[in-house]
This record gives sequence, structure tokens and C-alpha cells, in this order.
Amino acid sequence: MTEHAEPTAFAFDAESEAKITSILAKYPAGKQASAVLPLLDLAQRQMGRLTGSAWIPRVAMDTIAARLDMAPIRVYEVATFYFMFNMQPVGKYHLQLCTTTPCWLRGSDDVVATCRKVTGIKGWKETSADGLFTMTEVECVGACVNAPILQVNDDFFEDMDAESTEKLLEALKRGEYPKPGSVKGRQTSAPEGGPTTLTTLNFPAAE
Amino acid sequence: MVKVTVDGIVVDVPPGSNVLQACEAAGKEVPRFCYHERLSVAGNCRMCLVEIEKAPPKPFASCAYPVNEGMVVHTDTPMVKKGRAGVMEFLLINHPLDCPICDQGGECDLQDQAVGYGRDSSRYTEAKRAVKDKDLGPLVKTVMTRCIQCTRCIRFSAEVAGTPELGATARGETMEVGTYVQKALTSELSGNLIDICPVGALTSKPYAFVARPWELKKTDSIDVLDAVGTNIRIDARGPEVLRVLPRLNEDVNEEWLADKGRFAIDGLKRRRLDSVWVKRDGKLQKAAWTDAFEAIDAKLKGVSGDRIGAIAGDLADAESMLALKELMAALGSANIDCRVDGAAIDASRRDFYTFNTSIAGIEEADAILIIGSNPRREAPLVNARILKRSRAGRLPVAVVGPAADLTYAAQNLGDGPAVLASLIDGTHPFAATLMAASKPMIIVGQGALRRADGAAVLAAAWKLAAEVGALSDTWHGFNMLHTAAARVGGLDLGFVPGKGGKDVGGMLGGGVDVLWLLGADALDTARIGANTFVIYQGHHGDAGAARADVILPGAAYTEKDGTYVNTEGRVQRGQRAIYPPGEAREDWKILRAFSGYTGKPLPYDTIEALRARLEAVNPVFARLDILPRFGCTDATGPAEAGAISGAPFVEAVPNYYQTDPISRASPTMAECTATYVAPIQAAAE
Amino acid sequence: MLSDADRIFTNLYGIGDPGLTGARARGDWDGTKAIIERGRDAIIEEMKGSGLRGRGGAGFPTGLKWSFMPKTEGKLPHYLVVNADESEPGTCKDRDILRHDPHKLVEGCFIASFAMGAHAAYIYVRGEFYNEAVALQQAIDEAYEAGLIGKNACGTGWDFDCYVHRGAGAYICGEETALIESLEGKKGMPRLKPPFPAAMGLYGCPTTVNNVESIAVAPTILRRGASWFTGLGRPNNAGTKLFCISGHVNKPCNVEEELGIPLRELIEKYAGGVRGGWDNLLAVIPGGASVPLLNKATCDTMLMDFDSLRAVKSGLGTAAVIVMDKSTDVIKAIARLSQFYKHESCGQCTPCREGTGWMMRVMNRMVQGRATIEEIDTLEQVTRQIEGHTICALGDAAAWPIQGLIKNFRPVMEERIRAYKAGRSMPLAAE
Repeated sequence: MTEHAEPTAFAFDAESEAKITSILAKYPAGKQASAVLPLLDLAQRQMGRLTGSAWIPRVAMDTIAARLDMAPIRVYEVATFYFMFNMQPVGKYHLQLCTTTPCWLRGSDDVVATCRKVTGIKGWKETSADGLFTMTEVECVGACVNAPILQVNDDFFEDMDAESTEKLLEALKRGEYPKPGSVKGRQTSAPEGGPTTLTTLNFPAAE
Repeated sequence: MVKVTVDGIVVDVPPGSNVLQACEAAGKEVPRFCYHERLSVAGNCRMCLVEIEKAPPKPFASCAYPVNEGMVVHTDTPMVKKGRAGVMEFLLINHPLDCPICDQGGECDLQDQAVGYGRDSSRYTEAKRAVKDKDLGPLVKTVMTRCIQCTRCIRFSAEVAGTPELGATARGETMEVGTYVQKALTSELSGNLIDICPVGALTSKPYAFVARPWELKKTDSIDVLDAVGTNIRIDARGPEVLRVLPRLNEDVNEEWLADKGRFAIDGLKRRRLDSVWVKRDGKLQKAAWTDAFEAIDAKLKGVSGDRIGAIAGDLADAESMLALKELMAALGSANIDCRVDGAAIDASRRDFYTFNTSIAGIEEADAILIIGSNPRREAPLVNARILKRSRAGRLPVAVVGPAADLTYAAQNLGDGPAVLASLIDGTHPFAATLMAASKPMIIVGQGALRRADGAAVLAAAWKLAAEVGALSDTWHGFNMLHTAAARVGGLDLGFVPGKGGKDVGGMLGGGVDVLWLLGADALDTARIGANTFVIYQGHHGDAGAARADVILPGAAYTEKDGTYVNTEGRVQRGQRAIYPPGEAREDWKILRAFSGYTGKPLPYDTIEALRARLEAVNPVFARLDILPRFGCTDATGPAEAGAISGAPFVEAVPNYYQTDPISRASPTMAECTATYVAPIQAAAE
Repeated sequence: MLSDADRIFTNLYGIGDPGLTGARARGDWDGTKAIIERGRDAIIEEMKGSGLRGRGGAGFPTGLKWSFMPKTEGKLPHYLVVNADESEPGTCKDRDILRHDPHKLVEGCFIASFAMGAHAAYIYVRGEFYNEAVALQQAIDEAYEAGLIGKNACGTGWDFDCYVHRGAGAYICGEETALIESLEGKKGMPRLKPPFPAAMGLYGCPTTVNNVESIAVAPTILRRGASWFTGLGRPNNAGTKLFCISGHVNKPCNVEEELGIPLRELIEKYAGGVRGGWDNLLAVIPGGASVPLLNKATCDTMLMDFDSLRAVKSGLGTAAVIVMDKSTDVIKAIARLSQFYKHESCGQCTPCREGTGWMMRVMNRMVQGRATIEEIDTLEQVTRQIEGHTICALGDAAAWPIQGLIKNFRPVMEERIRAYKAGRSMPLAAE
């Protein structure tokens, strides 16, 4: 882990506050601690929105602890337990590379190698010199029939290989954001070339 | 009761017990690391595995499995042995095995259980995990690589200490126990973490590398650094006390000890009075015992009894107080007082000045009002009981006095006694809470009594107790919380002004010509009359000795046999662990010797004879360790005296770590003061 | 082959409109009120009769699970919690339900909650499924707006609220009590059992935790009848199931088929066959990462249902079929799973916390062959020391893949070790 500067103050902004109200409404009175994951997520998103780096500073955890009437240590425990919370700054595009067996069987090594080549990042959890990319090795993201998966922030880019990875990263560098999903143009989890089941039914199509 | 068979032995255990308890009832030892009977069940170490018939064919963690009627348990089958050996191996693969340099060595659960349940060698050849140590402050040392993640410390700090600062961050094999952020533990009970840690991850910082347990002589005693009367064990090597540990006493301290009692002992070696001193030509000079006796004797000649006085301090044992009282009587003086701080305690009836509900009785209470006290600082283990009760179910607690974090929810009703009137007349909402309670408690602290209107506050507190139904023939809800280990004993043996006698206030300011201070330091010595001849008998060069004309070196509590009565009125005895240093002697013997010298010999030559005399003076001294609980048989309160002022209460113990000559001499307590108290005081300024 | 008419997830691939209009056209929310009016007992009986076994991996009968909830509501509210923390490597079926057929799940939540006396359901969606959670929330919002849920849901007089709660990256939260802990705002550490969730679950209240698929199929079963469902599949393994076929197949995909379909048929008919043909097959992990792999000989005749797979000491798990052809370094494939379990162990129990790291390190050496033959036995024993010694099943799940590897591919492991010793080091994987 790299050393990083911790901000000295954090407050939820109006946009986050509006969400907090509806988040807290989901849980029974006195059970507001249930909102700790959503609020940590919210803090991380706010940091991403306002600073370009989606991570959770310590002061944000303290703010959440006070907000939910929890001991700060309980929030630190939760924040460090769940892998999606970034305890240090990350790049604008958080490249989350699944290398678990189903992805590995279908060439995740190539995706990783290409990411390293294009971004210049050497180790996991490191950020590129331009601050654009952070590479994190993640475990199975749950889209295995579209393996390998490269998750960029919230979005899954599926059926990746070296070539499509390079194309995607170059597009991101140019400030473009390609459409997530199968880069081969597959219909979601249907077999390549089109569904072989559900072909006899006729329902209204998706937008 | 539930019938359970363990290895063929049939036992009856209460419903709700776990299998581990059933095994213990059957006399079967079950190894464990995470399980601790005073903490919530974690079930994570997996060491306490047993086999249960008619359950799935796998070993079960006995600590986490409830008993059923007719359950048949085995603790010695091959499956159990293999299971435990496997867990043991896992615990050791990432344990450093640095036992030769580990302070837990010799009293380590991991070490012991590895011998009893482990295999003879490890098959682990990979690199071991290393974990960064954490700085938890001046008291608890960490070697986190040794941690086996049992989480006892985490549960203790949240559940018993009420200061949830420890946690386990990250997960899996990278899970680390600590505070996550750099932070000294803020609990007054942090030393207990050392005791409950089953390995050498949490050890005593001041005791680091000091001794091996088998080198120590162990002596049972009583802690005197607060008025709880914690049962302790003093570990000494040669002339030095090296360590103090708690002893089990369910009624008093359970198995805990507050930090001052544990860590102030390095003060026993510093600023000690180990010689006799006599002031000659305006300067204290070393002298022989006979010189000192001669000087005192000479001074007493021609001074009438009513111009002589004695004050007994906070750490005095009952034996020496009685000897001093009777010496004063022999000298014709009724000027004696043990209320060094001038607290308005009414000694006319025992239940006016004791913690009548008892410490264990707190667990029965269903509402508590605390008046002029911060129990967390004044008696951390009384506070821990309140927390225990509070965690067991809804407990309304309110405080009259300075706002403080007591570790449990407490409503602050105001900083001074003004609110008492509305509580008594029932107009205050919390009065209704107390009224509605079937076992309400009123706790009055010394902060409420050490003031001009102290007697009025005391009377009001009693009156309130009577009004809300806290004084019934089955429940005594009036409680005085003391801060001094000597106080109740002194009050019990009548170390208060006799007929026409002067109290502390009367003796100061030149009220007496000769003043005998028995370890009395908690008074403003500047108020002692300029011409008053002061004899200081005690063990530390503290406030009293600085003002003395003659210094008689006495023994600290670790160096004498002594009787102490705790805040509940429980009579307990400590034993001598080491000899007093240098010329110092046991205090009652000094008094006995002087009485002979001055021609008024006290009628006891042995401590047994002295103790017989104690019992004669007050039969409560015959009832050792046991505290029968009484309801309140007479609701008549202490005499009302004057009006209550609007002044806010002042904390009786502004700095928990420095309250007496021993803790004031302790470098460790000084470090704690710098760590914990100084920043708060600086912030307040 | 299962006919489309008997398929439940008719918008599996998201071709149709996932919204309420599309869902209604596909038959969702049809006669929901009438189902509710049958009453709690009738619903549970019908579910029991359908033989539906939990689709999350353990295969416990769903109707029976529902019947464990207290019959009447006491002082404490009841809760339904839906496990959408789909994280078992190889598994990606719930994702399709969440994003393409969310109304099946929402309707199922309402019916199941009613059947268990619950007025609220929490759907715990794994954090990585951000877009899926958004899609699900849209469906919930639509259902509220249409009066299908909320106060007097579907005009039944039953109040029902449905909430989405997102996780944040922890496989262990797929364990039902860890999920409850997580939902309460704690670390996802499995609870000691007893007490079981039906007695003391979310917030200490009676709670049932069901997999997404189990809940989502319930409305269709109740509409078409238990006997329709039992008419599909095999005895004690009733109905249809979503299969996820990944790895070395020509066309990886998700597909709904009958339980008991031959593995070979599943792979060849739907996933374009094994890369290089059936004879190029090396092994299959038939039910998600946790279950022991099958060698080719077993695969040749394997039927894909709970009991058939249990009979060969593997399991149907989540019906996630991970296919490996002969080019696969099978030791590396399993070693990568060991890394997965080491990464996902919550750290609570000693055997799992310490053992998963131990196994991973030994497995990584086994990949290189940097080990001794005897260490294979030690490794096997270490897996046995973990299995059955922990609070939850993650310890077992970490142990089984290695046991499967040793059972089926011990000669490969030994050969690797001999090769390493002889200086014929194997080409190492990129990482």
C-alpha cells in the first residue's frame, strides 16, 4: 500500500444528503447501522464525483460513524472488510480485473498483460502515472459466461481479449466511454451467434 | 435442569448452558482460546471441539452449542483429538514461537494447550505472517504477530470496559486486531486485556522483560488505590513488587482489576520514606527511631489532650487507625478524623456511609441516579457493573454533576444539586422513572459531600431515596461511593471526632498544637497552623511529609498485613508480600512502640490481639469477606443541615491516574496522566 | 429438450422488455391476488408439493424452509431476505434475473413474504452488480407505482415493502447468516447456529433467506401448479434450473433446462460443445467453484441434478458448469480457486483463516512442482482438517476443489513434481 494524504474534513454534499434520506428510510428505527454499507458507498461515490478519485478517507468513516451512532472502529472494520471500498485514492478509471478460474480459463492473463502494457502499471492496487487508471485484481464478479471480464468503475466489459482491452483503454484515454457489455456484440448471456432457446416466444422487445 | 452425559458422566446443568459448561460440570477439561465466560460467545477459535451423539458426524465447538436434554457428549474420541490437534496446528503455523522472549511464557494458553493437544511437529514450511505492532498507549504492549485472532480483547473492550476502540480490520488471514487509527486505549480497565489475551500479543508494557512467572512469590491481598476493595495477588521477587493481578471475587471485582491498582506499583519504589526524620534547626535530618520518639514525647509534654489531634489518610489500614485512635484517647484527645477531604459524611449510622445495594446488587437495579460522582474515574469496577447491568437490559441512568462519558447511556440532569428539590417533590420527570422502578439506586459521590453544603446534599439524597421507594425492608437503594480504601474502615472504628473533638477543619488553622498524620496527604497542608507540630507517619514523601516535623516511615499496603473495609462495608484483609524498605515498619507496630515509649502502652502486642480489639470496637470487623445484605430498617435520614447552594459539583477525582502518594510517585501513572489527562486539560483551557 | 413453453425465465437474455409492461406480457403479476387469497398454508403446501429445492447451492427444499417460520406473527416482525450476492465462481444466473426478469423476483418476494407472514423483504445484491441493482430498483419502483406492492399490495390487504440493499465485495456474504450480519451493518461473518434465522435472523427477528432463483420461480410454480413442476426434471430433483456454462466451450452461455439433463447434452446442445470436441475434455467443475471437479469419464454419463452429482461425491451447487479442455493446467485452475478462498475467507474461524492461506501457498508450489510427493498427502490432510471444522461452509468449499484435484489428477501432480526435480520446469502461467 502506498502512503497517501488523508483529508482533514469530510461532509456529505446536498446530492448525497438527498440519497441518505431515502437510504435510512429502508431500515427500521434504531437499526440505522444497516446503512453503513450504503453510506460508505455514497462517500466513495461522492469522492469520485468531486475529486475524480473514488475512495473513502478516514474522516468520511468518522462522519458516517457519528451519523449512524456507531463506534468509529465498527465502521473501520466494515470499510476494510469489504473489498469494494477503496481505502486509498484510485484513478479515474478503476480497472477491476477478474482472474478467477472461469475468467482465467478464457484468457484473463492476456487482459491483465494488456492493461499493464497500456497503462504502465506494474503491481496491483497501483495507479498509473497520469492518475487515469488503477488496476485491482478482483475475484469472480459473476458474469462467467461472458468471461473474461474487465470491470471499469461500475460497468462490466465482457468477452475481452488483448485486442479489445487495448481498444477500450485507448478509448478511455481519449475521454470516450464505450458501451459496456459484450465487446463481441453478444446478446448478453446468450450463446455467441444468438439464442438457441426462447426462440419460439414473442414478447415486446426491450427498448 | 438439563441432563447431559459427558464421557459417561451424567451431569445436570441449567437450561441455556452450552456444552462446554456441561463438560466442565463433568470435570472434563476442554481447551479453548476465544471462549471466556464473561464475554459473549464468539465460537471462532474452534479449539473446544467435542463429539455429540446423534448429531451430524463432525466435531462441534462446545462453547457455541446449547445443551439438550439427554445429550451425549464425548471429549476424548479420535475425532475430537484429531480435530483439536488440527486446530492447534493451524494456530501455530503463523505464530512466531518466540516463547523464549515472550512475557506470556509460562502462563500462555497457547503454550500449555500446544503441549496438551498439539502434534509434536509442524508440517508448515511456508513463510510465516508478520503483523505490525500497534501502539495502544503506556500500559498495554503489543506483539501482534503473536495474535491468534480470538477477539477476546475486542469483546472485552466493547462489553466489559464499554470503550469500543478495538476491532478486527480487513479479513481472512490479513485480519488484524487493533484500533486501526493510532490511538491509546481510553479505558481505566485496559490492563485486563493483558489477562484475557490467551497469548503474548497483549502484555504489560511496564512489566516487559521484567520477570518470568515462576520466579515470583505470590501473595493474596486487597487493592487500596480505590475503595472497591479489589481482590488482588501481589507478585514479588525478593524485595520488589513486580506485578499485581486480580483475584476472582464475584461479589466485588469479578476477575477484573482497574488500571491504577495494577500499574501504579512502580510508585512503591519511588519517593519512599525509608528513614526516620526529625526536624532540627528548621531542617529535617535523618535520625534514629528513639530520636523521633523522644522528639514527639518531648513535644507532647505539657500539651493538653484537646490540643492534640490525628488525621487518618486514604490508604490507612484499620489496625493502625485503631491503634492511633486509642493512642489519642490515651493522650486525652478526642480530635480525630478520617475524613481527610472534609467530606460531610454522617458516621452515626453505617447505612449513611456505605454502598448498601452492594456492587453485585447493581445487577438487580432497574434505575440509577448518580449524584456528584463519576464512577468511571472514582471506582472503575463499580462503573463496569453498572455497564454490565445496562447491557443486560434497559436501565435508565441519570447523573447530577459534571457531564461525563460513563460508557453507558446516562441522562445529565444538571451540574449541581439544585435539581434535587424537583426530584424530591416528584416534579422532575426522572423522579417518575425512579418511582416506577422496583429497585432504584441512588449513588452519592464524594464530589457531592466535599463542600460547604455537603451535609444538606447528603440529607437531600437520602430523602430522595426515601421518596422514590429506594429504602424498603428488602432493598436498600441508598449508596455512598467512596474513593479512599481507608474511609469506611475508619468510620466503622469511629475515627471521627469524639465528644467535643475537632474535625479536620477544626484541627487545621492552628486548632491543635500537635497533629499526627497517619498517611494523610489529601489535605491542604498550607492550612495547618504555622506553630502546629506535625508528625507524619507514612510511606511516601508526599504532601504530608513535606510539612512534617517528625517523619515516621511506615509500610505501604504491600508491606503489611492489614484490614480494609470497602465502599460496600465489606471487611477484607491483605497480606504482606514484601518487607518495608530500610527503617520503615508496619504502622500499628510504630504506634504500639511509641505508646510504650510515652508510657501509655496500648493493650496489644500482636496483630491478633489488635484484631480482637477491632472486633470488640465494632463487630463488623469479625465478618471477613462476607457482606450480608440488609434492607433499610429505618428510613430516618441524616440530620438536615443548612441550605443547598447552586454551585456545581466538582469531580472528586479529576485525574484518575494520580490520586494518592503511591500513584503520584508512579512513573507509569505520570505517563498515563501525560497521555490521557493533559490533552483534555489543555483542550479545556 | 425442454420446450420454451415450459421455461420460466422467458426473458433470460434480455431481448424482451424487462419493465412491468414486458413482464405482464410474459405472464408476471397475473392473478397474484388470487394466489395470495389461497392463504399461507396452501401456498406453502403447493411449494412443498412442487419439490423445489433451493437454487443457491445447498438444495434444501424451499417450501419446507418457508414452513419453519413461526405460524403467527408475534411481537417481532418477520423478514424475507433474498440472497442476490451471487459470487460463486462460475455462477451468473441471478444476474440475468435481476437485470432481465426482475418482476419475477419482486412478485416472488411478495408471495413468499405473505406466505411467511413477512411485511418486508430485503434483496441483498452483490455490490459489483451495480447496474443490476439499478434495474431491480426500477422494477420495484414500477411495482409500487402500480400498487402491486406497498400498502394493500395487489389489493390483497397485505402490506408489503421491498428493499434493495447492495453489498460491497465479499463472497462470504452469500452465506445466509453472514448476509444477515452484513445487512445489519456489520462485517460479513457467519453466525453460530443455532439459533437459526427462522428463529432469530435479521434484527433478531424470524427470517428466511432464499436465493434469487428460488424466489423468482415461485410465482410461476404457483400459477402452473406443483404437478407441472414435478413433471419436469427427475424424482426428488424437480423442475427446471438455470445453468451457466463457462470455460472451454465454444459458446459459453446461460440456459434454462430440466434438472437431470445429461452434462454432455447440456454442453453440446447449448454451449457449442467442448473446445476441440468432447474427446478434448479434461474435467468439469459442475456446480460452481466449491464442488469437486469431475474427470472426463464421469462427465460422459453425468446427469445434472442434486442427487446424481452427490452420488459421485460432487454437487450441483449453483449449476455453474466450468469446462476445462485438455490444454488446461488443471493444477493452476484449482490453485486459482485456492487463492479465491484465501481472499474470501472472513477470518473468523482458525482452520479457514489459517488453512486457506496454507493451502494456497502449497497449491502455488504444486503448480510449479516445487514440492515433494509426500506433500500431496499433507495437503490432503490439511483439507480434511479444515472441512467440517468451521462455523460456515466456506472452509468446506475451500477444501473440496483440492480434494477433487488430488482424487482425479494425482498423477499429474506427481509428474509435475518429478519434472521440477529433474529440471524440466513447466511453463509458468503469466501471473
